Amino acid sequence: MIEINPLVIFFASIFTNNMIMSNFLGMCSFIAVSSEIKTSLSLGQAVTFVLATTSVLNYLVYYLILVPLGLEYMRFIVFIIVIAAFVQLVEMIIERYFETLYYSLGIFLPLITVNCAILGVSLFMIIREYDLIQSFMFGLGSGIGWTLAIVAMAGIRKKITGAKIPKGLEGAGITLIITGIMALAFLGFSGIVQIQ
Amino acid sequence: MNEIIRVFKAGIYKDNPVFRQILGICSSLAVTNFLANSFVMGVGLMFVTAFSSLTVSVIRQFTPKHIRMMVQTLIISAYVIILDIFLKAYFPAMSKNLGPYVGLIITNCIIMGRAEAFAQNNKPFISFFDGLIMGLGYTLVLMSVAFVRELLGFGSLFGIQVLGENWVNWTLMIMPPGAFFMIGIVIWVTSKWFPKEEEKGGAKA
Repeated sequence: MIEINPLVIFFASIFTNNMIMSNFLGMCSFIAVSSEIKTSLSLGQAVTFVLATTSVLNYLVYYLILVPLGLEYMRFIVFIIVIAAFVQLVEMIIERYFETLYYSLGIFLPLITVNCAILGVSLFMIIREYDLIQSFMFGLGSGIGWTLAIVAMAGIRKKITGAKIPKGLEGAGITLIITGIMALAFLGFSGIVQIQ
Repeated sequence: MNEIIRVFKAGIYKDNPVFRQILGICSSLAVTNFLANSFVMGVGLMFVTAFSSLTVSVIRQFTPKHIRMMVQTLIISAYVIILDIFLKAYFPAMSKNLGPYVGLIITNCIIMGRAEAFAQNNKPFISFFDGLIMGLGYTLVLMSVAFVRELLGFGSLFGIQVLGENWVNWTLMIMPPGAFFMIGIVIWVTSKWFPKEEEKGGAKA
């Protein structure tokens, strides 16, 4: 175990080790969904919730089941199954009990299963040997950081809808260039906190 | 034979996974700071895509339609585990460099996309070839991004210094923003070079 204050991990994963800006995770849905502020906010909330809970779940599964049995190499399959099963469960619960929430969030939940950021957080947490609280903070912070990035992106894309963009650069191209500039801005935070 | 040529063209530029379909960018950018890393990542992805396409295609008649996603994910995960163990055993240093990104091949949309769009409806041999070529198209883009990033960022290629002593490293290129700019430029350039043509029965994405 390494000694890092969980709060440091929390802030670092929002700003300096942002999932999109420094680890390139969750790009697929970042490019596809970031066209409207409202939808990206809903997706961000769903991702944050799933990230925070699955990082804890996967932590427990890994250290309580896989390590004692010597099955560490099975972690990819197991993590994917845990994430898929959890997302399915959440979808069923909110469909049954929170109908309004289901209509704003529901369609995004299946998308989340294939979001690289979710699996990425679980794998990072194992590689960096975080403990339970650190993992939770890491998951929560990564989710908030992801939401921050995608909402900011949606705002910028709304502004440039009327702009004249070179022909080949429309769509994904300009989104990536803007992401690059945003990543530059996020680099400015790197002096505050740093985790490896 | 025609089939093979058509698949080849589709994978390399017509339907190139990265710059045409914008798939699999998640894992592709993080490893492009060194040529060697991207080469290993690309070869690994070729292996996983080719063999999972083959497997999906072989068992396509026996897989019930409604659970095929789950089956595909499990097949892909199995090959990724093989790759991970192989890298750990024979290239421990490289395995450490790539870190979690080997495992993240599972969520790389290219593999799932090929399984779903091609292997599901085609014969095993051509599916295997399709997976291989799609992987190759991905590797080519990855390597070209890595080429520029490593050359400008470190002044070296495959770890060998090529730009002389007086070269000032562009630190920006090896940091995350460099990757975003490069891939954006690649998409721009390729859409200029290979403008979208009306495809006559080309492979469907």
